Amino acid sequence: MRRRFSWFNATALTFGFAFLYLPMLILIIYSFNGSRLVTVWAGFSTRWYGVLIHDQDFLNAAWVTLRVAVVSSTAATVLGTMAAYALVRVARFPGRTLFSGMIYAPLVMPDVITGLSLLLLFIAVGLDRGILTIVLAHTTFSMCYVSVVVSSRLVSFDRSIEEAALDLGCTPFDAFRSVTLPIIAPAVISGWLLAFTLSLDDLVISSFTAGPSSTTLPIRIYSAVRLGVSPEINALSTIMITIVTVGVISASFMSKRSLARRAADEQKAQQQ
Amino acid sequence: MLSGVAMDTAAQGRVFAPWNDPDEEPLIQFRSVTKRFGSFTAIDNLTLDIYAREFFALLGPSGCGKTTLMRMLAGFETATEGTILLEGEDIAGVPPNKRAVNMMFQSYALFPHLSVYDNIAFGLKRSSMSKPDIAARVDEMLRLTRLERFARRKPHQISGGQRQRVALARSLAKAPKLLLLDEPLGALDKKLRQDTQFELMDIQERTGTTFVIVTHDQEEAMTVASRVAVMDDGRIVQVATPAEIYETPNSVYVADFIGDVNIIEGNASRQQGETIRIHWAEGQEPIVGTPSAPIAEGTRVHFAIRPEKVTITAQKPAGRANAFAGKVHDIAYLGNISTYHVKLANGQILKAQAANNQRIDRRSFNWEDPVWLSWTDTAGVVLTG
Amino acid sequence: MNIRRLVLIAVPYLWLVALFLIPFVIVVKISLSDTALAIPPYVPTFDLSGGWDGVKSYFSQLDFDNFTFLTEDDLYWRAYLSSLKIAVIATVATLLAAYPIAYGMARAAPEWRPTLMMLVILPFWTSFLIRVYSWIGILSQEGYLNQLLLGLGLIDQPLKILNTNLAVYIGIVYTYLPFMILPIYATLEKLDQSLLEAAEDLGCSRLSAFWLVTLPLSRPGIVAGCFLVFIPAIGEFVIPSLLGGSRTLMIGKVLWEEFFSNRDWPVASAVAVVLLLLLIVPIMLFQRNQQKQQEAEL
Repeated sequence: MRRRFSWFNATALTFGFAFLYLPMLILIIYSFNGSRLVTVWAGFSTRWYGVLIHDQDFLNAAWVTLRVAVVSSTAATVLGTMAAYALVRVARFPGRTLFSGMIYAPLVMPDVITGLSLLLLFIAVGLDRGILTIVLAHTTFSMCYVSVVVSSRLVSFDRSIEEAALDLGCTPFDAFRSVTLPIIAPAVISGWLLAFTLSLDDLVISSFTAGPSSTTLPIRIYSAVRLGVSPEINALSTIMITIVTVGVISASFMSKRSLARRAADEQKAQQQ
Repeated sequence: MLSGVAMDTAAQGRVFAPWNDPDEEPLIQFRSVTKRFGSFTAIDNLTLDIYAREFFALLGPSGCGKTTLMRMLAGFETATEGTILLEGEDIAGVPPNKRAVNMMFQSYALFPHLSVYDNIAFGLKRSSMSKPDIAARVDEMLRLTRLERFARRKPHQISGGQRQRVALARSLAKAPKLLLLDEPLGALDKKLRQDTQFELMDIQERTGTTFVIVTHDQEEAMTVASRVAVMDDGRIVQVATPAEIYETPNSVYVADFIGDVNIIEGNASRQQGETIRIHWAEGQEPIVGTPSAPIAEGTRVHFAIRPEKVTITAQKPAGRANAFAGKVHDIAYLGNISTYHVKLANGQILKAQAANNQRIDRRSFNWEDPVWLSWTDTAGVVLTG
Repeated sequence: MNIRRLVLIAVPYLWLVALFLIPFVIVVKISLSDTALAIPPYVPTFDLSGGWDGVKSYFSQLDFDNFTFLTEDDLYWRAYLSSLKIAVIATVATLLAAYPIAYGMARAAPEWRPTLMMLVILPFWTSFLIRVYSWIGILSQEGYLNQLLLGLGLIDQPLKILNTNLAVYIGIVYTYLPFMILPIYATLEKLDQSLLEAAEDLGCSRLSAFWLVTLPLSRPGIVAGCFLVFIPAIGEFVIPSLLGGSRTLMIGKVLWEEFFSNRDWPVASAVAVVLLLLLIVPIMLFQRNQQKQQEAEL
């Protein structure tokens, strides 16, 4: 079929992607700037990476953030998958509307409100603010994202596969473990990754729920950049951007490869 | 005087054959048209005339180039080489929106955000027609396609058959000189398809529009078309009326593509008067056939015969030019007729069809019954291509 | 209902009740409490040991003073209005920037589209804070943009962009662009090519085919994208705080300052409640739009 790829489209894509990527590119380039004056180029240097590695505050914050992200995203994945399964597979139970409302509401709730309300809860029940409170807060909002991702996969999959498993003698739990879970696994994994990233990324909710001893990386970055551009933050940003880029690209390669393999297998099967 | 006679017969609706009239100017002329997509040749040096008021079918398997041919007429593709004339004028530079040609898309391509009425009015609103005229024309189209009751509905609120009629009404609304129909009945189920075929023919006749239809369904092409062009691999293999295509295919490809056929390969012997003998297997009598043109001795030929022209009997029939003994190998019962697969002594299987004018329990032949197959010397065609 | 199913539902349900619903009830309650006594524990405290009288006296002490205060101090009015204005302008700007990109993606060769999709999604996985931060260096007085424009001789005075509303618009457009591109791309990609051919066949020029067919049919994507940008933009805190100036008024920022700087929790809670009321209408509209979409696809 004919597809018109005009100059207009090429221009739109070029400008669009330049807009999306230039700011980050500039950040990366200037992270190798030797000068403390961030807007003046003074030769290539990895000086700020060295400074960053020896900054104990940053390392502590990074360690807190990582622990919070791993724990909260894992908990959110379990809870979110349960919630998705309940919403998709159990048609009727008391309070179902409220339940689905509570799943979707946090997705559109401004962070400031979520953060404020959780903080007031923790104070009301007398829970000291620290890593635990951040984990609870992150688990709560990211389980909703996980639930949305997983339920969209659950909705699209053929219910009769599960019924076949039951028909062949599985208990419902067996059927979930041996049939449903492997099929929805890609969605569960992307749900976990989403929760993990959201947790790594969160500033506002963490600011409300963190105690003085549990500063996370975004809180640290925020307090640093409020005063303007800092070369150390440029270096840190470069590291974070690199990790994410490598992660996303390799994930997409893996899924592409498995798709390609599947297509090749199907073709082979056709020829036999 | 002669042309007057021809007009009279045309008026009586008995003979419509402008392609046989040397004075008739074709509506569309393809002159040595070639279309390439990169290294792939979709249309290969094709020449074809289509006349006004024809219902012309392009028939072929998918990938044979029939859709490309139609899209060149609509203006969505341009020929790589050669010219296409519409009423004698080259249409190469005319964009689709300026052509007096409209197209009914295979997917119908109804605008989902517009009502049936607005879909039909869409093209009219692009012309300089006044508002009351547009309304009148849309109403006329709605009546023609029996859609009056659905004018305010959206495409997703009507059935598949109704959508098909909206698409037809929309493409007919601008009264094009030429209407292109891309697999117009492909999305309908069999029963509806048959009804719609007659409706299409009726509308074509009433509006007097030239229709060019693309289809891969040979029955559909045979039913609706005044002429059929059988295409293969970017070329036209045969252009003829449905009856000619069926009765006298010009090649094995056409014979095999249209309907069911037995094809036997053999060597031609010397011609004796009208007929020739074809030697096709050791220990079998040669087949007697009538070629349409003289054939040199020893030519490799294919003999094609339709199953319904092969008679199946228990005894050897007297006075038939061709008669072969065999055993019933398989029977396909189709209700009104049965197809018998008969294995001859040399292992060749031939199909013969017989009408079931008796009840099944009184059927004359059964599995493994010895039978005779026979046909006359003019029942089949001798093909050299 | 068997035990397993009960556990399956109850665990996430109770979690959300405890950590989403109850906190929200607390916010509403504190927003009705008294400012002066609002250092924890707040007055009135809820004490069930007091029996029915306790409950009654509890409710009688709640009042709408904080909300009255919000209406009296025009800072809040202006903050709400200015949040709305910024969110609307930023949404329109994002739409104008996103549509050509989505259109170009949908028209690109099919083998390119997954890569383009990935390029749009990639920034979404990158830290939001860092993406906002990256503009500080570009937009500041001595930033890269001013350096470039001065170097080209287009201006002779550095432009003041950082710490203005313009910087906030740029920040919102930049960070929320993927949310606008993706739904529009999804509708454009699904668009049946033959509809455009049909429009041309019926006499449309390419431009009018775009106006009459492409644009109306991509409306669901446009609407979804606008909500996805508008709703979070209203409550945005990081962007106005880092890119906006002291005169940039956005309600998320006001709430933050009320809470962290003024330590006035009841007023902060009241601001939160009003912000949520403000968001309910667009959220409901969005929900209805999505539902209609899903039904249309079935």
